[in-house]
Amino acid sequence: MRRLLIWTPLALFAIVFAVVASGLLKPGDRLVHSAMVGKPLPQLNLPPITSDKPGIATADFGRGKPRLLNIFASWCIPCIAEAPQLMKLRKAGVEIDAVAIRDTHDGVQAFLQQYGDPYARIGDDKASTAQLALGSSGVPETFVIDAHGRITYQHIGDVREEHIPELLAQLEKAK
Amino acid sequence: MRRLATLLVLVAAVPASADSKLPPSALAYTQLRDPVQEARAKALMETLRCVVCQGQSIADSDAEMAGDMRALVRQRIKAGEQPAQIRRWMVQRYGDYVSYDPPLSWSTAPLWLAPLVLLGFGALLARRAFAKPRR
Repeated sequence: MRRLLIWTPLALFAIVFAVVASGLLKPGDRLVHSAMVGKPLPQLNLPPITSDKPGIATADFGRGKPRLLNIFASWCIPCIAEAPQLMKLRKAGVEIDAVAIRDTHDGVQAFLQQYGDPYARIGDDKASTAQLALGSSGVPETFVIDAHGRITYQHIGDVREEHIPELLAQLEKAK
Repeated sequence: MRRLATLLVLVAAVPASADSKLPPSALAYTQLRDPVQEARAKALMETLRCVVCQGQSIADSDAEMAGDMRALVRQRIKAGEQPAQIRRWMVQRYGDYVSYDPPLSWSTAPLWLAPLVLLGFGALLARRAFAKPRR
């Protein structure tokens, strides 16, 4: 009994070491996931923010074709980083709509001119109400809305090159 | 010269801002006129987590999104909605994560039960320690 007891400090140390090591090697998921994934798109009715594109209405989704709904802002730096990837998706035939968070007409116009414009519609969300309704917690985020108007996937953070296959696969599944 | 230029650049550099240029929402920093309603809104805001700052309630946070969440809470309270309704709306969107008052479930059960188990263990330990020696 005594002999075994001698080993307990070492065993405790091993346990603590294992816990710390696992936390270092595989950090926990700190992202805030939307609980709206799997549910129908909530009622959105956002006015247009640019002069040449309509705003966002829930009725425009779920018309037999999946669409991407991109949450972005002209003041958001990672949104600049993901702009070329969204352009790529657009060129691949993906239809993309957007919600502009706390933004202005001039800001969005300048952003699109400089970094490309993949959007069919852009809704003006001055007080983040649509963002809250979607369960989104930041910019940029990208939702897949399926052919029946249900949210089927949420991508958190900027879309990078390595995320494109997953997004295309999710869009395929959402048909 | 090079050093001076570097120094100047360092002094003049502005941090990249992660905030929009719009002013805060109307009810983000303005209390409701009706003190009863404001008290209700405040109580609810203290139990809702700011989803960008993660360690603060929306009542405590100056993040823009926390301001927008406060505005939403105040607007709905003003419109006559019950705090429980608003909390349910938030939980539907962000899960129990958004609430600082998590319900009893399998994943939170240890939080609620551990103190009882420890208290029982302590009582047992104390009884043994204070028991009269049997000699």
